[in-house]
Amino acid sequence: MVDIPEHLLLRSAEARAKALGISVEQALAEMKGETEPTVVAKDPEVKVIDETPAPAAETPAPAAETPAPAASKTDTPEEVDFAPEVKVTQRLLTVVKAKPIQKPVAEPVDKVNTWPHLMLPEFVSLMAMTAFLILLSAILQAPLLEEANPNVTPNPAKAPWYFLGLQELLSYWDPQIAGVMIPLVLGVVLWMAFPYIDRNPETHPSKRKFAIMFYTFFLAGAGVLTIIGVLFRGPGWNWTYPWIDGIWFDDLLDWIHFE
Amino acid sequence: MQKLSLRDKIKEARISAADSFRGGKLMSSIFRPGSPFRKGYVDSPRNRSYVVMNNVLYHLHPVKVKRHGVRLSYTLCLGGLSFFLFIVLTITGIWLMFYFRPTELAYVDIQNLQTSIAFGSLVRNMHRWGAHLMVLVVFLHMSRVFYHGAYKAPREFNWVIGVILLLLTLLLSFTGYLLPWDQLAIWAVTVGGNMAGYTPVIGAQAKFGLFAGLEATTATLLRFYVLHVLFLPFIIVIFMAVHFWRVRKDGGISGPL
Repeated sequence: MVDIPEHLLLRSAEARAKALGISVEQALAEMKGETEPTVVAKDPEVKVIDETPAPAAETPAPAAETPAPAASKTDTPEEVDFAPEVKVTQRLLTVVKAKPIQKPVAEPVDKVNTWPHLMLPEFVSLMAMTAFLILLSAILQAPLLEEANPNVTPNPAKAPWYFLGLQELLSYWDPQIAGVMIPLVLGVVLWMAFPYIDRNPETHPSKRKFAIMFYTFFLAGAGVLTIIGVLFRGPGWNWTYPWIDGIWFDDLLDWIHFE
Repeated sequence: MQKLSLRDKIKEARISAADSFRGGKLMSSIFRPGSPFRKGYVDSPRNRSYVVMNNVLYHLHPVKVKRHGVRLSYTLCLGGLSFFLFIVLTITGIWLMFYFRPTELAYVDIQNLQTSIAFGSLVRNMHRWGAHLMVLVVFLHMSRVFYHGAYKAPREFNWVIGVILLLLTLLLSFTGYLLPWDQLAIWAVTVGGNMAGYTPVIGAQAKFGLFAGLEATTATLLRFYVLHVLFLPFIIVIFMAVHFWRVRKDGGISGPL
């Protein structure tokens, strides 16, 4: 049996005690089944049940099938008094199973107020980023070489750092493959279609090892190619060591020195 | 009643003046109910909701977010920082536009900016390093999303928009790379533009369209300038709006794992 919380039990015991004119302790003991329930002597004035044609109630489920009161008055001439000693003021028409009107689709989640729990950390990280950027800009001068001259080709001519991985690939393979097919097919189409290819609904890393491995492999590959392109490629796209031959990447020229 | 010292009287008068200003018509017309800047703001759950709900911020943030998503270690704030860097770049970029002409004078303008304009060097550095940083942060944001599996249903399409945003970020950075009009700029863009020339079937046309000719000239400079300051920002803002909107419509932050 389900344990009824103490405070609820007490409240109903108080109500019962008030209705029956007994003490609360006694009502409580009755409800717990420790003493015999009090039977209240009926009031003679109230005993007018026989005159009222209302059919008996307080019956369990079968009463649900009883027809409407008007019908029962005519169809059943003999009244069966199920609880003759109690005045009946209501009857059971039907038993409605307890279920909510609205069906919850999602379980409630643990949420916090955006203000201040999200917006304050956001504001702090935004300030930190501003401070970092201003500090960086005060220390490091952005490069500015000689004026653009189409007639003087620097050796090597390098793309911005985020394209240097691709430029490195270009030195291995045909430009149609390395310069176009890989960035276009692998970089754009495959990348965009990734959620439609990976149909595994799991999000925990231990249940999607292949996807994690794939991305980490891509990340490492892109990182290594970019670092090679930035630091280890010199004139004629030949292999150089930055600590021996210096850095052949003008974007970094002013602020990385190995001398 | 205790007699107040002059200092206390001044303090009291100051507080009541500030109070009547904060409670006045002007401030109540600016700040909507629930704003912490209004008089009588108390830190209650109702007001915490109003701060967001009665604010333009409601376009960006819901009133409540999942508890695990607030932890800095979950997102590292990378998406927010990408957006913030975009704003920083917009502000510094507009400032730089006052001193820059996308013609053969571009190089001289940059030189003047660095030598004879107050804070010119700092703002140019902020724009350049900020752009590099934004490429990096957007890439890290994508990696974070991948490792959390946050691209999975129902967020597949927002991942697609995210990839478009990454490409637009790269394009913005690349078009900006040419603008200083120095040897670094022109040859980096030449290398990049030549790569576009290897596109199957339409290679020559793509290269011609990008360079506004057969090689990088001042016509290319003008083209990249318009793309950089007007066209691409316009496009990226549209995609950002959809991206942020979808984050909320797809149920806020993903997870927990």
